[in-house]
Order: sequence, then structure tokens, then C-alpha cells
Amino acid sequence: MSNWIDIASLDDIPRRGARVVKTHLGCVAIFRTHDNQVFAIDDTCPHKKGPLSEGIVHGTAVTCPLHNWVFDLKTGMTQGNDKGSVATFGVRVEDGRILLDVSRSASRLVA
Amino acid sequence: MASGRMLEDLFDINRDAFDVTLFGAEPHGNYNRIMLSPVLAGDKTFDEIVTHDVDWYREHGVNCRFGESVVKIDRKKKQVISEGGMTHYDKLVIATGSASFMIPVPGNDLPGVIGFRDLNDVHKMFAASDKPNSKAVIIGGGLLGLEAAAALNAQGMKVTVLHLMGHLMERQLDPAAGYLLQKELERRGINVVCKAHTKAILGHEHVDAVLMENGTTHGADIVVMAAGIRPETRIATEAALRVERGIVVDDAMVTTDPDILALGECVEHDGTVYGLVAPLFDMAKVLARTLVDETAKFVAPSVSTKLKVTGVDLFSVGELAEGDDREEIVFRDPGRGIYKRLILQDDRIVGTVMYGDTTDSSWFFSKIKANEDISEIRDTLIFGPAFQGGEPLDPLAAVAALPDDAEICGCNGICKSTITNAITGGAHDLAAIKATTKASASCGNCSGLVEQVLAVSLGDDFVVPAAQSICGCTDFTHEDVRRIIKSQQLKSMPAVMQECGWKTSCGCHVCRPALNYYMIAEWPLEYQDDAQSRLVNERNHANIQKDGTYSVLPRMWGGMTTPDELRAIADAADKYNVPAVKVTGGQRIDLLGVKKEDLPNMWADLNAAGMVSGHAYAKGLRTVKTCVGTDFCRFGTQDSTGLGIKLEKMLWGSWTPHKVKLAVSGCPRNCAEATCKDVGIICVDSGFEVSVAGAAGMELKETQPLAKAATEEEAIELTIAFVQLYREHARYLDRPHRWVAKVGLDWVIARVVDDIVERAALCERFEISQSVYRNDPWAEQSTPEFEQRKWSPLADLTLEAAE
Repeated sequence: MSNWIDIASLDDIPRRGARVVKTHLGCVAIFRTHDNQVFAIDDTCPHKKGPLSEGIVHGTAVTCPLHNWVFDLKTGMTQGNDKGSVATFGVRVEDGRILLDVSRSASRLVA
Repeated sequence: MASGRMLEDLFDINRDAFDVTLFGAEPHGNYNRIMLSPVLAGDKTFDEIVTHDVDWYREHGVNCRFGESVVKIDRKKKQVISEGGMTHYDKLVIATGSASFMIPVPGNDLPGVIGFRDLNDVHKMFAASDKPNSKAVIIGGGLLGLEAAAALNAQGMKVTVLHLMGHLMERQLDPAAGYLLQKELERRGINVVCKAHTKAILGHEHVDAVLMENGTTHGADIVVMAAGIRPETRIATEAALRVERGIVVDDAMVTTDPDILALGECVEHDGTVYGLVAPLFDMAKVLARTLVDETAKFVAPSVSTKLKVTGVDLFSVGELAEGDDREEIVFRDPGRGIYKRLILQDDRIVGTVMYGDTTDSSWFFSKIKANEDISEIRDTLIFGPAFQGGEPLDPLAAVAALPDDAEICGCNGICKSTITNAITGGAHDLAAIKATTKASASCGNCSGLVEQVLAVSLGDDFVVPAAQSICGCTDFTHEDVRRIIKSQQLKSMPAVMQECGWKTSCGCHVCRPALNYYMIAEWPLEYQDDAQSRLVNERNHANIQKDGTYSVLPRMWGGMTTPDELRAIADAADKYNVPAVKVTGGQRIDLLGVKKEDLPNMWADLNAAGMVSGHAYAKGLRTVKTCVGTDFCRFGTQDSTGLGIKLEKMLWGSWTPHKVKLAVSGCPRNCAEATCKDVGIICVDSGFEVSVAGAAGMELKETQPLAKAATEEEAIELTIAFVQLYREHARYLDRPHRWVAKVGLDWVIARVVDDIVERAALCERFEISQSVYRNDPWAEQSTPEFEQRKWSPLADLTLEAAE
């Protein structure tokens, strides 16, 4: 079951940028691309815990600010030779508002 | 327009099904509203855009009541009430269209503020353009606004377009195509302002200017509102039909009253209001069939857009956003100003935007509509139907496209034609070009470009030595791109990416910070720093630590501090529970382990004590280390502390290719360790020894002597001129010692020391840049606006009760 929560306005995130949402399981990074797509992934890089929301956003990818691992925002998978992935979360935009699916983080909380 | 089309469709099915009465507020019949722009531009006359004239209506037995508004619908009695009385209906069709959306600012009702929806508006614009030197301001850089702008410009008016968003026609175009369009309109003399926030429309009896939020004004004899449409729904609202943004209709175009139908720009279908012509025609077809009791269903179509401006080829359709499982194919030809982008999903084209060459647009559009599998022709798809199996792209196209007067070698002022002439004269390699033209004979940064000019001119006879491009997004080197930015006067990132043929739509983490720096260095007054193209430390004005916390380091001018400053630092460390306080090698105090959300508050506290950012995170001026000099030291020969403070106050805030550190020692004992800095000054009895290009990091390098200055002023000038030369020429992320090793110290001395005019010019250009950048980012970013938009989390779900 999806559980959509209204997080913020799309304009609260700069284009090619990100902001975080604090949850009980750590920060989720919400990204806005140059062409106004929105993605949500775990904010923490699996390599050395760099905050992905502070990375440079290019196309539908983000580069970790600490050691330049590049993650595909659509899948959470790393690109290139680095091996790893981060969790992705459901997110969509309706009438300029960003809605985040918090069901996954809730179920993980129970587990 | 919608009603005319619907009647055509109705009469095609059954000529005698209804007796039709047609009411219209305008005193004439149906005309093609989307062709108003060509009428305004003088390309067409009104008669040419009439779709249904009086004769047509007479032939089809339509009772026309033009110039007569319907004021009320009586649903119970099934009557409409107009100025001429009551008229009974069995079925009523509402096609009231839309009005221009008047942006809600003071003065929007002044005479001279007009919309752009009907012929009456066009007449008003014609009247205004008759006056000599008249000025028009268009609010809205969408389809309609730009058509009006081009038309009024063609009529001889001085036109300014104010557009709220970052690029023109942002709903149909991506930034690259928006850039090309803006460039073309500006070439025609139209002034285009994006990110333009209108504050008010000024004037007493009549409009005379538009005032922006930033305080600038644009003179105007007329203001054309083209910022969107407002469906005309009043009559439906009063009749208690369901109205949201438009009159709500179902798939059969029926409103909430089964005997009342509606179509056109006044309706809302499935949450969408349409302002383009193609869907209106589809609605007409559906509505006509519904009227004769046939089943029909309106399906939201793929809507294509073509800008009706003579000489501008632009086309856009479908989905332009990247997305899950979507891929893109980008084609750029900088020489001919062409940009094409296809968006693919599951081996099908789902959207395209084309600028400069739209001859293949219908071919692509047909593939979108047919949902055709293109996997077989994917490799050559972008070249269109004529080029299936064509040649791959020429990587030298961008250099071939440079005009003859484009400056290739900045040091010696050599333009492209001088080099091509030398090639024609027999100079067939880099050394020969250097010998005959001096191009690339000085700093050598342009040698890559010279080689590409050779390759373009000589074809296969010349093999370009492989040079390292900036990144996978481009084939150009750093030096090439810098030269093109300068010679082609490129002042935005989309401009650079287009003119240099970038292979990605918005670059990557390698090229974007470099481009951002090159633009800041080249166009300090025109270019807006792009925070999203900065690495984390510079974006957040603090150094990120390995645990995601930051360090805060206030500036201590020349390494001097006071008890009050130290108290403020201690208070801040206590208040924000700073886990570590460190004295740095740059003679300052670092507060380590600060949480991101505490940064602005801490900065505000330090600002209040008179301190500013130390830029310890910046590729810019870091520190000026000093010894105590003649003030206290018995060996000091000059006021080294004073000189250090002066230098730091001149240089702070400047952005450079990599970090820059300075030191001033008061005597050759060199307590400030000046001889391993980017610029080191050693004071002696007779003056100041200025040396440059030292390093104490991964490489250890002693500085090399630049010059000896007799006065403090001269030492400052030499330092600034050196830093500015470094800013203008070095590759992003090259420290000064690496740059000097490439260009040679002699080349630097010739400009900074020997050539007094050039030295002064360098200092002047540095000062122009500093007029923008010599300020404290902490003060700017600790305001409530930044707190809300940047520093705090977007949302905090931990505050909600856990279930």
C-alpha cells in the first residue's frame, strides 16, 4: 500500500539540486532535475556515507560530493566501476506539490 | 473558431438535423484566431484568415446574430437571453473561448495594457505601432508573447519581452532550444529578459513603463499581456454548470447539463484546459457526433507546437522530460544553429524538440503518433528520413563554424582568417603556423584550436594530435572552450553547450564547475553564478567533513585578531557544541564538526562580531600569512603585517581556478614561509621581493622571483596582475605553479612586469570582477530567505508520531 505525503512545493528545490526529508530511518534526498523531474533516494552514499543531496545533479544522475561515485536517480544504482546502490522511494509531483510515498520507510521501520 | 469547425463537422454528417442560431460578441464571423500573429506582422490580411464568412453561414442556413452577447442561460425553460430577447434551444453549445490572463500587479488596468486574443487587440497594437519610436513591452515569453513580439518588432516598434522563467517557451522547449531562440530574437533587436519579475505597471492616464522587482524599468507605449489564458466561463458559472478552471465536460463534450455542450478554450477536459488548435478540432468532431446521437470520445492528443515567426524554425511535441526508461538522442550543429533532441522510451519516440531545421518534424511526429518501433533505424534516426545510413557527425563542425574574425590566439591577437591564410600560404603544421603567424607561440593555450583549424582546412592531410577533452560531454579541451567562450561572447551555460556541441543536455560534475568558473572569470558583470554547478564546499560556503558535518573558519586579516573576536569565536564554539577547535597553518582558527542547519546561525553570530567568511573552502583567495614586521620585530625591514592585510582586503572573495595562498615576510628570515606560496613577498631594506608559483602540497616547490618592487603600491599591483593573469588563463583546478610551468615564467613576466599597460589593464579587470565578488557570502546566506530555501530540511517526518 502506498502512503503519499505532501512534502513541499516543487519550487522549494532548485533545478539540478536536492533537499532532504528527515525520517526515522535517516535522511531521504529529494532531487529535482534540469527538466523538472523529481526523484527520491537514500541520502547516504554506501561508500563512505557522503550526503548525496549535496552532490552535483546532471541529467538523471548525481555525483557524491565526497568521492565522486555517480548514482542513477531512477534506479539508485551506481554507474561506472563503483559497485553499490541506494534505496529509491516513490515520489511524484501533482499541481506543483511534491508527494513522497512513505510506505516503504514505514514497513522497514516495522521490520 | 471552434464553433465554425464544429458546424462544418455537423453539416457533413447531417445537414438538416438542427436549425442553428449563432451568437457572437465580436461583430464578424469565424476567423482563424491562431493566425492573428501573421496579421499583426503584416504577413497576412484579416480577410485571408476568415474561415467562415457571411456567405458560408447563409448557404448553410445559419441564423447569425453577430455583435450580440448572450447574457444568461435559463436551463429550466431551455432559453438563452441576449440583447435581442429570448431564444429557445433543444441543444446549446458554449464556445466562448478565453481571455488573456492579466497578471495581478498594480496598473494592470491602465489604458494601453492589452491582451492578445482577438482582432480588436490587434487593431490596438497597430495603432500604437504607427507612432514613430514607439515601445512595446510583452509580458510572457511563451508562444503567443513571442509571436506578438516578433510581429511588433517587424512593425518597427522597440520591443522588450519579460519572461518569468529561466528560458523562453519553457513548456515546449528545453534550455538549449530556448537559448537559440533567444539569440535569434536578440539578433533581430528584441530585448529579452528572462527570470523577469514584474512589480507594477506605471503611468497616470496611460501606461508609460513597467517596473521590475529589482528596480529596473522598461519604457512602454503599450503593454501586451501574454502570460496565459483565462477560460471565459462566466455564463456557465451563472447557469450553475460545473466549472473548475474551465467549463467541465465529459469525453462526449457534454457539460453537467445533458442538453448543454461546450468546446474550445473555455472547457476543461480531464483536468486540462487547451489553448492550442489541434485539440479544438478534435473536440469539434466529437461534439458534432454527440449532437446527432453518435458515440464519440475525445482523447487528449499529442500536441505539437510550431512558432509562427517568419524565419524561426522551431518545433516541439510530446514528452520532453527525461524519465524512467527514457533515453535521449541529441544532435547539435553549432555552425548552422541547429538543435534536435529526440526522447525515446521502449524503442519508440515519445517527444521531440527541434530548432533551426524542422524539415523532418512531420516525419518524427508521424512516428510518435503511430507509436512506431524505431530500434532498427535508431543509429541514424536523428538525421531524418533522407539520411538513413548517413555519415556520422563531424567533430570539427564547431571549429569549422567559427567566423573568420573569431580570435583564436588571445596573446597575439590572431584571428581565424589569419591562420587559414597562412595555411593556404603553405604553413601545414603547428610549428609553421607559430612561425608565420605567432598564433599559439606565446602561452600555447590555443594550440589545440589551431590544430583543429589546420584539420578543418587540410582535411585528411592533417591528423590532430589527441588532446585531453574536459570530460565525456565534449571533445574540446579546457583551453579550447575558454577561447570559444571569449571569442563568441558566450554568456550562459546553455550557450556554451550549444556552440561547442556538448553531447549531453546539462553536462556533468566534471565540466559544470569548470564552465561556471570560466564564465565568472570572463563575464563577471553579466554572468550569474550557478550554485548548482558548484561543488559542495563552495555551494555551502563551508568545508564538508567526512561525517557530513562542516567546518567554519572566519577570516583573520593578515593573521591578526583581537580579544573581542576570540571571545565571539569561543562563544560560538560553546553555543553550537563545536567538538573541535583548531589553529590552522594559515594563521586562523577553524571550528570543526558543525551541523549544516547550524551554519547560518553561527555565521550570523560571527558576522555580528565583525567577522566574515575566511573562504577556507574556496577555489579563491584563502589566506595572507604574515609576520609581525617592523611593528614589533627587531629584524623587520617593512610593515609586512600591514601589507598582508592590504593584500587580503583587495583580494578576498575573488574566485580563481584553484585555491590561492599568499604570505608576506618582514625580512629574509622568512617567518611567514612566503617562499612556498602561490605569491610570496619578502621585505628587504630597499623594497619588496615578489616571487610566485611556489607549492607546499603534493609537490614541494620554491617560489620563483617575479620582480622587485620599490614601493608597497607596486608590490600590490604586481600581485594583483599576477593573480588576474592566472584567473584569465589557467585551466580550472591548475594551481599557479602548474600553470606557470605550462606557460613559462618569462611569458608571465612579459605581461605582469615588463608591460606596464598590460599590468594596469589586468589590475583594472580584477577590480571590475571584485566590484561584484568582494563581499561576504555568510552575510548573504544567513538571511531568513536562505534559511527557508536552503539550510533547513525540506520536511521533518521524525516529528510526526510513529505508528
